[in-house]
Amino acid sequence: MGAEKVNKSPKILVFSTEKISDPAIDMAGLLKLHYPPTVYTITVPCSSGIKSKWILHALEQGFDGVFIAADGTDCPYGESCVDKTGQLVGATQELLKQKGMDPARLKMAAICSVCSEPFVKHVKSFTNYLMNSSN
Amino acid sequence: MKKKIGVYVCHCGGNISDYVDVEKVRAEIEKDESVFLSKTTMFACADSNQKDMVTDIAEKQLDGAVVASCSPTLHLLTFSAVAERAGLNKYNYIHANIREQASWAHSDDKVGATEKAIQIVKAAVAKVKRSNALEPFRVAATNAVAVVGAGIAGLRSAIQLAESGAQVYLIEREFFVGGRVAQWDDLFVSKETGKELITRLYDKAMNHKNITLFTGAEIIENSGSVGNISLKVKIAPRHMKLDCNEGNLGKAIEVCPVVVPDKFNFNITTRKAIYHNFPGEYPQLPVIDIENCTRCGECEKVCENVDFSQKDEFLNIKVGSVLLATGFDPYEPKNDEFGYKTIDNVVTLPQFKRLVHYCDDKLVYKGKEVKNVAYIYCVGSRQVDGDNKYCSRYCCTATIHAAITAKKKYKDLYNFHFNRGIRTYGKQEVLYDESSRLGDIYLQSFEDHPPVVSKEGDKTIVTINDILTADKTLEVEADLVVLVTGMVPRQDNSIGSLLKIPRGRDNFFNEIHMKLRPVETVIDGVTIAGASQGPKNIMESMNSSLAAATKSFSLIASGELSLSPTIAKIDVDNCGWCGKCDDACPFSALTKTDVNGKLVAAVNESVCKGCGMCMPVCPSNAIELIGYTDNQIESMIDALVSTD
Repeated sequence: MGAEKVNKSPKILVFSTEKISDPAIDMAGLLKLHYPPTVYTITVPCSSGIKSKWILHALEQGFDGVFIAADGTDCPYGESCVDKTGQLVGATQELLKQKGMDPARLKMAAICSVCSEPFVKHVKSFTNYLMNSSN
Repeated sequence: MKKKIGVYVCHCGGNISDYVDVEKVRAEIEKDESVFLSKTTMFACADSNQKDMVTDIAEKQLDGAVVASCSPTLHLLTFSAVAERAGLNKYNYIHANIREQASWAHSDDKVGATEKAIQIVKAAVAKVKRSNALEPFRVAATNAVAVVGAGIAGLRSAIQLAESGAQVYLIEREFFVGGRVAQWDDLFVSKETGKELITRLYDKAMNHKNITLFTGAEIIENSGSVGNISLKVKIAPRHMKLDCNEGNLGKAIEVCPVVVPDKFNFNITTRKAIYHNFPGEYPQLPVIDIENCTRCGECEKVCENVDFSQKDEFLNIKVGSVLLATGFDPYEPKNDEFGYKTIDNVVTLPQFKRLVHYCDDKLVYKGKEVKNVAYIYCVGSRQVDGDNKYCSRYCCTATIHAAITAKKKYKDLYNFHFNRGIRTYGKQEVLYDESSRLGDIYLQSFEDHPPVVSKEGDKTIVTINDILTADKTLEVEADLVVLVTGMVPRQDNSIGSLLKIPRGRDNFFNEIHMKLRPVETVIDGVTIAGASQGPKNIMESMNSSLAAATKSFSLIASGELSLSPTIAKIDVDNCGWCGKCDDACPFSALTKTDVNGKLVAAVNESVCKGCGMCMPVCPSNAIELIGYTDNQIESMIDALVSTD
């Protein structure tokens, strides 16, 4: 995979949530806050319901990075979302280490429903990180 | 797997097609052999296109559909409905967002935007191939509603629900119903008094066979979910037998040695520990305030109906929905806020209104006749430094109404309104007009230069830099300063915490959507009415009460509830019950169950909200979320990275 990345922007998969971070990502579009078009979104109900299996699958199938746009304390299913999302990210990063992969290829940040600018900042800096660390 | 999928790629006028080559997207997607039909359309949401889609789906017997257009928040429901009209289960429709997340987000990169749009639509097609028709779960619903709070909003809601045919448990924490409205005399726009309104509602409620009223009652436990909510209610005793001899009661009150400030009159009067209702309060039964009672036994000696042996009662009830009408607290000014509690003739608006109620031909406060009244507006509302940023809505009108009432009642009374801009909106504007005609003086300041109340000798002076007279410093010698206090959320949020009702930035109960779902909360089956949701006047409270009652009733009316089928599903073969899912679930939707001698997890379909928190913690990957299965998510990932 490494060779393909030389001229191409790294592919990032965003796990985003229907009620909280999706609106922020949509609004980034509405406001024309540009970010690389190699950032793709899959919507889930809640960020603490993302399986490690999916993240590993994405990284193994060709995504360079996975970004979890977490609900944070705004989660409609309760504040325990914060800890649970943190735990699943930690556990998955541990799995990545075991597999000899860079754990920083999985990144998480809380993206509130109006956090369009922070979202764009995060995916841009993540893109830069992945670009520089790719080889 | 589906073989006959229809894909519609929307131009959205030019919103999409100016940046995304929609024809290329269509051509790429057509290569998928499961895609039976693919079209571009100028506006997918237009009536004509919706009709074409219905015809396509029905005539060509499509088994899945995808529309690539704007954000699903705008039109997912539109196209799900199109699918259903064509006879296709709505879960076989998948929405692809290529406007907010492609054409707009990447309007700087048309090639990139087009490539991304292609992958997004491919992922949607991959998902729809693996989607199944789903039917909502149906659970029986109890035809009863608990209305919490028997103020004007709770009473009105209860009557509405009862007349609709629901059983109503009206639960009031105080020993008397009527809430704040019972405390007011004449109201605006009608001339009726608060007492008359409450009496009318109380009589109507008590004469309805469906309504059961509990006073001194609080909900202390809650379990279950919408349709079937179990509540435990604690009912505190009045310590009085129900058949009461008025004559002896009068003596009992007389001999009671305990004197406490009377909350009904906002502490401007006192009452005894044994006391009777005010005329606007119901039921008309005495009560002993057991917290302040010293148990001296004097009342028992003169009144045979005193009964100290009464104990708390507990009652379990089952309801389909809960309606919260728990009201507000009046803002209590801080010590020395505009001289409150430090200057002797500073009162709040509620206290002033009770004072006007009690003073007949002369307005007298603390032994002195009042001629000049200074009203200071927005105390505790529209705060610059404090947390209450909101406007309390009712107070401008209430103050002007009280000022006019006082001016008409007493000779030679002068009103000075120190305001920050008058908000007597709608029909209430006529009051402002009337008060101006009566000669009331309006002085105005900005929020950063509020008026100052000071004591000079035995005089109380209110000073303002009046922006209506070019910032002139003006002084009024006031006999009484009235702080126009707004509404704040109930300090005691025990019912909110118990039912897990979220609160907004203003700390009042929060609705799901201010405009579109104004009386529902994120807790299914719990609705909110009246000032528990934010400052409201009586008319506004009635509107929200009727809305909340109707919403609560609509949940249970058919005797059956439809619940979303996108919930967790246990793979019984892989599950070995470790309990981790149960620990992770915030709604206690998972329970241990025995299937053919094997202990496994079971999902309570009416409780599961479909968040998926149970999935990552499962050590054997035995849980899937319907609509977000491993197969669906992984195939979407594959489609997004594929370069075919």
